Amino acid sequence: MNIFDIIGPVMVGPSSSHTAGAVKIGNVSSKLMGEKIQSVDIFLHGSFAKTGKGHGTDKALVAGLIGMPCDDIRIPNSFEIAEEEGLKFTISNVDLGDAHPNTAKVVMHGVSGNQVEVVAASLGGGRIEVCGLDGVTVSFSGECPTLIVHNVDQPGYITEVTSVLGKQGINIATMQLYRKNRGGEAVMVIECDDEISHETVESLSKLEGIMKVSYYSPN
Amino acid sequence: MFESIEEICEKEINTGKPFWKIVQEDDCRERAVSEEESFETMKKMYIAMKESALNYDSHIRSNSGLVGGEAGMLRQYLDNGKPLVGEFTGRVMELALRVAEGNACMKRIVAAPTAGSCGVVPAVFIATQEKLGLSDDKMTEALFVAAGVGAVIAKRASLAGAEGGCQAEIGSASSMAAAGLVYLQGGSGTQSANAAALALKNLLGLACDPVAGLVEVPCVKRNVCGAMNAVTSAELTMAGIESRIPADEVFDAMSSIGKNMNLDIKETGNGGVAATPTGERIKESI
Repeated sequence: MNIFDIIGPVMVGPSSSHTAGAVKIGNVSSKLMGEKIQSVDIFLHGSFAKTGKGHGTDKALVAGLIGMPCDDIRIPNSFEIAEEEGLKFTISNVDLGDAHPNTAKVVMHGVSGNQVEVVAASLGGGRIEVCGLDGVTVSFSGECPTLIVHNVDQPGYITEVTSVLGKQGINIATMQLYRKNRGGEAVMVIECDDEISHETVESLSKLEGIMKVSYYSPN
Repeated sequence: MFESIEEICEKEINTGKPFWKIVQEDDCRERAVSEEESFETMKKMYIAMKESALNYDSHIRSNSGLVGGEAGMLRQYLDNGKPLVGEFTGRVMELALRVAEGNACMKRIVAAPTAGSCGVVPAVFIATQEKLGLSDDKMTEALFVAAGVGAVIAKRASLAGAEGGCQAEIGSASSMAAAGLVYLQGGSGTQSANAAALALKNLLGLACDPVAGLVEVPCVKRNVCGAMNAVTSAELTMAGIESRIPADEVFDAMSSIGKNMNLDIKETGNGGVAATPTGERIKESI
């Protein structure tokens, strides 16, 4: 948190958690998709489902998915603008169990046929947390350049990935490790202080034993 | 960020640097930015606040239809009725309504500290700038004072209605605005801290009970109350009247009250005015 979390963000009302946070969930999801979205199914959980309509949470999520920042005055008209841009979307309610009360699940279908599923929660004050990515539990804020590496759960990969970053002079802010089962698929979520170049992401994805690398940049 | 207001005030006394500058230097360290960049970012916040107040449209209504047009009605009364309040306080009230209503109607605002309490700081600041003819740079400095107070409240208590009730939102906004206003009136950091303490003390225990869970009723009109409370707290301070309880201890009290509050009155829409028969009826009809 810094003083511009206290004064700010500049945003379209009425609620930093239900509106600005929802725009940000849309922004982060669309970046994690990494390609133009053809259609998207949005599911609202908890308070998002209960008071989302009055807060424009639905409009805010769609606005974020088509790249509007949280102070874009066109947010109230995002449905029309999305339709003009050819984005098909559905919005419905869902019960995600004991998820944070302000959670959305966003299932995106890209133009190439790829599908990406993001589960994210709005924590208040416009801050969010991505808590699920393609069915894997993760946790990152979307405020820093973030590297998501899927690899085989075997010794050595962490050193390998972090040394590549180290050689590039990239400082790691936080790092989390997840795995589905021992020896199976593991996921590293690395939040960095600096942007990571396209070439570095490419070279990481070519390393043996690394199944997939996604990169998210807030800028 | 600072853990206490006392720490900032002591630094002001020991170094001779003003409260706002100490907050700004901390921001530069925290975010690794230059003083110019930090100042420009804050100035943009103030400009955006002014735009949120001045771009008001009295014809629009919120999605639910519960809010809209009130600032226009108040201006009408101030100009053509027989108001008891003077020009300055009337303007503070009007500006608070303009911004908070605009927020409910999905207009652009600055969360300060939250969207639900976004009318308080701009109302007090803009009315004061108009009355005293202050520059945007001076207003930006005062915004650093307000931010410093808000940051300490965030550390010691909370700025979220869901955590601490509305005292954490309107109460904090009022405390921040009072501190900034004292700075604009030429007060010291210690006096700003005093006004921050007085303002928050007056709003301790405030429930967060939005009807139908929306940032409309009672939120919009509470912004007026928070803004007026900030003005009275600053005026008491400038008259030399002190808060017997220091600001940091008031923030701690706010935190402990927040923890003691029932969940029904912490932004769930289940208690307080949200649970009145009329509140329930409104919820059903939306």
